[in-house]
Amino acid sequence: MNRIKRFLAANATSSLIAIVVGLLFGLCILLLSNPAQALRGLGIIVSGGFNGGGKGIGQVLYYATPLIMTGLSVGFAFKTGLFNIGAPGQLMVGAFAAVYAGANLTFLPGWLLWFVALLIGMLAGGLWGAIPGLFKARLNVNEVIACIMCNYIGMYGVNYLIKNTNVYDSLKYQTINIGQAAIPKWGLDKVFYSMKGNFVDSASVNGGILIAIVLAVLMHFVLNKTKFGYEFKACGYNRNASRYAGINEGRSILLSMVIAGMLAGIGGGLMYLSPASGLHIRVEEILSPQGFNGIPVALLGLSSPIGVIFSGIFIAYISQGGYYLQRLNYMPEVIDIIIAAIIYFSAFSLLVRNVIAAVVKRRDIKRETANGREEETP
Amino acid sequence: MDYVIEMLHITKDFPGIRANDDVTLTLKRGEIHALLGENGAGKSTLMSVLFGMYAADKGVIKKNGQVISIHSPSGANSLGIGMVHQHFKLVHNFTVLENIVLGVETVSRGMLRMDEARAKVIELSKRYGMMVDPDAFISDITVGMQQRVEILKMLYRDNEILIFDEPTAVLTPQEITELMHIMKGLAAEGKSLLFITHKLNEIKEVADRCTVLRKGRCIGTVDVADTSKEAMSEMMVGRKVDFAVEKGPAKPGKAALLVQNLRVKGRNHSKPLVNNVSFTVRKGEIVCVAGVDGNGQSELVYALTGLMPIDGGRIFMGDSEITNASIRQRNDAGLSHIPEDRHKHGLVLEYMLAENLILKSYHKPAFQRHGLLRFDEMYKYADMLIEAFDIRSGQGSRTITASMSGGNQQKAIVAREINQRPEVLIAMQPTRGLDIGAIEYIHKQLIAARDDGKAVLLVSLELDEVMNVSDRILVMYEGEIVADVPAKETTVQELGLYMTGSRRSEVV
Ligand SMILES: Nc1ncnc2c1ncn2[C@@H]1O[C@H](COP(=O)(O)OP(=O)(O)OP(=O)(O)O)[C@@H](O)[C@H]1O
Ligand SMILES: [Mg+2]
Repeated sequence: MNRIKRFLAANATSSLIAIVVGLLFGLCILLLSNPAQALRGLGIIVSGGFNGGGKGIGQVLYYATPLIMTGLSVGFAFKTGLFNIGAPGQLMVGAFAAVYAGANLTFLPGWLLWFVALLIGMLAGGLWGAIPGLFKARLNVNEVIACIMCNYIGMYGVNYLIKNTNVYDSLKYQTINIGQAAIPKWGLDKVFYSMKGNFVDSASVNGGILIAIVLAVLMHFVLNKTKFGYEFKACGYNRNASRYAGINEGRSILLSMVIAGMLAGIGGGLMYLSPASGLHIRVEEILSPQGFNGIPVALLGLSSPIGVIFSGIFIAYISQGGYYLQRLNYMPEVIDIIIAAIIYFSAFSLLVRNVIAAVVKRRDIKRETANGREEETP
Repeated sequence: MDYVIEMLHITKDFPGIRANDDVTLTLKRGEIHALLGENGAGKSTLMSVLFGMYAADKGVIKKNGQVISIHSPSGANSLGIGMVHQHFKLVHNFTVLENIVLGVETVSRGMLRMDEARAKVIELSKRYGMMVDPDAFISDITVGMQQRVEILKMLYRDNEILIFDEPTAVLTPQEITELMHIMKGLAAEGKSLLFITHKLNEIKEVADRCTVLRKGRCIGTVDVADTSKEAMSEMMVGRKVDFAVEKGPAKPGKAALLVQNLRVKGRNHSKPLVNNVSFTVRKGEIVCVAGVDGNGQSELVYALTGLMPIDGGRIFMGDSEITNASIRQRNDAGLSHIPEDRHKHGLVLEYMLAENLILKSYHKPAFQRHGLLRFDEMYKYADMLIEAFDIRSGQGSRTITASMSGGNQQKAIVAREINQRPEVLIAMQPTRGLDIGAIEYIHKQLIAARDDGKAVLLVSLELDEVMNVSDRILVMYEGEIVADVPAKETTVQELGLYMTGSRRSEVV
């Protein structure tokens, strides 16, 4: 028991230490770009979403939603021994499919429309994950390479499809409003708002965050309680032994990429199934940053679905802090650098965990503790 | 008395278990000191303490009478202590020479200076009769050669105290003879050797003294020359051990495993690894495949179990053909497999012991319902096997498998495979790394399976095991079966002739 406690402590501690290191690094950049305001700036970043009162917190949850989904996607694939760097593509493909369905299946009643659109987004994302999965399972093509190609094909393909279908708003270079298919708010806008005089300024947060959390719990359950989870993890830990056990390795790889793709696809749906005032898919030649940020989210959450909920919220929180940093006349580019630095430094937590293990071991040798976990011979 | 190393009152705790309990061990200069004990008795732990990998909770270590403190393997190296681990630690895509100098390279002006190192390695390998090719890649040389590299690594660092953790478990009998010779040479040069093994013959052959551990405690140190094998094994297990296995005559029934003209081609060899092999194993008999390592036994087993594709021939289990069946289908049809490499195939080391014990049956209704694992059933089943097979570990069914001792990991695999009540049990070196008590138990289990009407195919490199357990012996030489003889009608000498290819009988 003691060991499990220590293990958990080491995990959470490493993530926290990584975050502190990230913040210190951010402080360095703040000092370089505008020393007078640096400490205040750091204060703003650290108070993140709280700067904006109730609305700010709501915004954090709103931005955390797709991050949690892509973090789940990347983390799940990690657990099965695959590096899903394809979340940006899967997210965009899922987003387009969801938006297209939302714009065209208008014969469905509103309460069903968003749900069906989201499911379609999920399937499209799954399909996009299946491609690298198939290449890996059948031809042993490295999934990283296939994923990167799928990212670009996905981005350009989605741009092409938007321009050539009825969801294009050619004046704004983006998709049309699909308010009828927006994810319902489920009362969250009544919880997260700020008052501007007599005017209620609600956050953009919607039911998506609840869906993401439920899915994270579901993934935790699948990984730890089910036969599939047992197979996936066995494949991730020791491919030879899982083959020996009769686990169909190809099927596990394919299925795992499909599930990862579906999670990212849902992320895309949750992001873009939004009211007229919300996000629209823009026709741009950029790979979705929400997709890529799934990687630091998963790393910081140590690939555990529950950990990913917290790390997704944290990264959205810090990003929101960066948004409020504009008050101090920092250039937007500098803010981007600072936030990116904090995020990526924090993602080194896995590395930090190893350092902690080494430190604990050294202390062990000084006979201050006696513990077996960190000392396992490989 | 002058001792090079004294380990006094060493105690080391792991979660849930005291691996060493007030152990004292002394090593004289120039002696070969054996360390004997059951699986999980704490031998590797004690040696890891000496080698600086674990810190003892209590006790002191002295070298030449001076108290020393060792914090890390490199610290141990600088004190002249070297170790060959139970599982080797070599870099596979480096050459022999690179592996030997790794960590102690001579560098001048930022460039590696290899010529001096090369000269020293060649000199050392000549002096101790350990020929190696310094430029061969580790991945291309045999396990026996890899071990020589490990030994040369210690000598290259001018180590005086050499620890060998079960060096013979992975070697062929021929290689063992060579190793014994090398060890004697080292001792004669004044080096002091600590030698862990489960084989009493080896202790008898090379060791001067022997320290016996049981459940972490030191039972005593004896002079090998004055102590019989029986006495040593009794010290170790705490009871008398039967060396010969009792078994009645076999009553073979119908064919359970039928192999016809099986062929497996090598990747880059023109000669097939398994060449036109045909044989039958009937219900109620133990058939043993003997042979020098590397004559196609591994490939034969991988082909039968579906881990390796075949290039021709047919395989039947009972009446049904399994030539093209998937691994899962074979498993579910009643094929069990104790694999040769326990870390590669046999276990998911990151999993708990209980999870490993259901590695092949997790999908059966006993352990899952509607896709949900039945953890209660899993733990219950694991506790049952742990009890029956005496699998020792710190935290029972919840122990992370990687932290278990090598022999107990092996016992876990054997327990899992035998307890599936298979129709056909393919056991490859099932007792590798086990203590004599455990070997006795496993042999009894194999015979019990046979008497229960199961077919057993045993692949072993150890002729003692082959002669003791089997009913019929097949000898493999260069991928072919060159002999098929009843165990009672043959001798070790005759098998030796078949194994080296100097004789072959007409088979099937
Ligand atoms: N790193 C570790 N963490 C936790 N427990 C450990 C660790 N290493 C060893 N143990 C436990 O300590 C005990 C002694 O293990 P050790 O490896 O020393 O046995 P051994 O005598 O070498 O056995 P074998 O003959 O099977 O190799 C075992 O019960 C094992 O489970
Ligand atoms: Mg050991």
